[in-house]
Amino acid sequence: MKPNDPSIRWIDPPKLGLAGKMYLPLFLQGLRVTTKHLFAPKVTVSYPEQEPEIGNPLIYRGVHRLNRDDQGRVKCVACFLCATACPAHCIDIVGVESPWDDREKYPESFTIDELRCIYCGMCEEACPVDAIELTSLYNLTGRSRDEMIFDKEKLLSVYDQTKDAEPMQSGVQPQPYGGTGVSPVDRRRNTGAAK
Amino acid sequence: MAIVIVDGQEIEIGDDERLNGIEIARRAGVDVPHYCWHPGLSVVASCRMCLMETGRKDPENGEVSMVPKLVPGCQTPATDGVVFITASEKVLNARAMVEEDLLIDHPIDCPICDKAGECALQDYHFSHGRSERRADVRPFTSRRRPMGETVSLFVDRCVMCTRCVRFTREVTGTHELMITDRGSGEEIDVFPGYPLANKLSGNVVDLCPVGALGDVDFLYQQRVWFMKPHDGVCAGCSRGCSIVIEENQDRVYRLKPRENPAVNQWWMCDEGRYGFHHVHSEKRLTEPRRRVGDEHENIEWSELPGELGERLRSAGRLSALLSPHLTVEEAYLLAGYIRGIDSEAVLALGPIPVEGEDETFPAGFIICAEKCPNRRGVEEVIAHFTGRVTTFDEYLELLENSEIRAAWISGGYKSDWIDEPTAERFAGLDLLVVQDLFDSPLYQRADYQLPGAAFAERQGSYVNHVDRLQSFDWAVRAPGGVHVEGNLYWRLLERPGMYRAEAVMGEVAREIGYFAAAAEPYGPIGLDLKVNLLAV
Repeated sequence: MKPNDPSIRWIDPPKLGLAGKMYLPLFLQGLRVTTKHLFAPKVTVSYPEQEPEIGNPLIYRGVHRLNRDDQGRVKCVACFLCATACPAHCIDIVGVESPWDDREKYPESFTIDELRCIYCGMCEEACPVDAIELTSLYNLTGRSRDEMIFDKEKLLSVYDQTKDAEPMQSGVQPQPYGGTGVSPVDRRRNTGAAK
Repeated sequence: MAIVIVDGQEIEIGDDERLNGIEIARRAGVDVPHYCWHPGLSVVASCRMCLMETGRKDPENGEVSMVPKLVPGCQTPATDGVVFITASEKVLNARAMVEEDLLIDHPIDCPICDKAGECALQDYHFSHGRSERRADVRPFTSRRRPMGETVSLFVDRCVMCTRCVRFTREVTGTHELMITDRGSGEEIDVFPGYPLANKLSGNVVDLCPVGALGDVDFLYQQRVWFMKPHDGVCAGCSRGCSIVIEENQDRVYRLKPRENPAVNQWWMCDEGRYGFHHVHSEKRLTEPRRRVGDEHENIEWSELPGELGERLRSAGRLSALLSPHLTVEEAYLLAGYIRGIDSEAVLALGPIPVEGEDETFPAGFIICAEKCPNRRGVEEVIAHFTGRVTTFDEYLELLENSEIRAAWISGGYKSDWIDEPTAERFAGLDLLVVQDLFDSPLYQRADYQLPGAAFAERQGSYVNHVDRLQSFDWAVRAPGGVHVEGNLYWRLLERPGMYRAEAVMGEVAREIGYFAAAAEPYGPIGLDLKVNLLAV
């Protein structure tokens, strides 16, 4: 849009009155705010001597963790929805067929580039099995860039570290057919080509 | 001239056209959801998803009388005066009910289902289903069993459209798949001891509207929404099926057939479908090298045109072996380059790999025995320059019995194409330039070793065994260090700008009578070059 565009309406700033020209009322107004905060309770902390208090750790968006299911296996089913939702493209997953009977697919590798991440929490929101969650760990440091690329083991260890303080937001496990892995309509033997 | 009325819109159809409700609705710009109907298979009208209201307009007084019940659109012929209503409340209700029925015990494992993103059940449920699930079954996993080497069946995801069963009965004629049991216990299966093992088995995966049939080769390799489709032509045999090359970040993940009524209809063979893995082989050559004494040393591509041009100009009698894997444009450029230096140069056609015999399936699908995509095209280019086509055997004779001093060999074959004794017959040459995909005895003898491109990296045109010309663009970039043949020849000829296959094809069409028809624009399904030959 150009400055001479007809759809732009130019307005002049309002003219100052006597009080405004004298400057004093505005000066007092500002001083009032300063004085108020001088006596109000302090909201800042002197980090790092003092650690800040996190209001609700369950909704804080800090370092990621990969949750484990009740058998201690990674809960992730390698559906790539977090990687799809991620606006920073920081999640890299390699999904393969799972070695377990009750699950079809699992992540062989799962890495998050914590430096690239913008901690928006979209991955957590996209996850259909609540496998990825953001914890309240905020003071993340590392000596090299490589150290800040978290692999599956590291992310699982974050879970082990934080699972007591921050329980999983959903304890619901995906239910197989009838709880036994067999469809309710499966009344017949499994024929077909030999496995 | 018949007139059919779709949602109040009058659509004219030709006298010899036989369309059903779904096809005529598509012409009116309405997509009618359907599972079991496929244009290449017989009609069973079993999924009930395409139910529509239909009726007939009386030609005398113009009154429309409707059929009280809904009828499947796939089974209703669109004839003169037929009226279709595709989106009334009654129709929408019926669709919602069908969707609900299909989803009663359909596992909700979309996150791990390979079909998610291109699944008809997902899409139709989104647009036609109910927002809430009333059933109290919430299955998450599906049973799985192999149907054969290439295809795996996720039993509980199936919606029993029976497209796959009809495919093995009507298109391949092999009858491997069947339906066992009845009612809600219906399942797709193979007969015990007879797995799905025909040469077109991969097509059942494309046919499956849901995620029930999984392609073992592609399973869990990539989510479909990450891949970008590129129209291409299969280079597996001289049939040249129209395909879609699906790639993500320059890696090909799968090939799918593209509808082309003149070549492959809706299908492609397993050999072509799974025959792309060599594109990403570890053994691909990626470094241009020059012989110094007995060793080879790396050279820069930028030095190559000048140096090579000089060596070729001073070499004496030249020759070039044009691989049937080259596109028409590439063959034309290479032939033009070599003949531009030595106007008497010998141009020969590379060896034609032949396996078995042509195979025709009951529905007309053909797999050719010639395992190269462009013999006809390269032959015609050679014939244009030299008057006749020198075969590979004749060329080997000529190498020993004429004064050929230098040879430019283009390879590009998927597998070993030349053995040590044959390569030895090139020993007498002063200058040997070989551009190839993989190492070979001949490549080892070369004075200039140039890495070449695979089919998904080329742009240009192929001419299939019945003279159909099909053009395509590149789908993936060649690995670092590789210069695609077309680009290299373009630079050798010192033409301005970038290599553009369309521009070269325009030139070819002007100069070579055989390709004259290609001067006019042609669509994605290609062009029959014979049409022109008959006219001449």
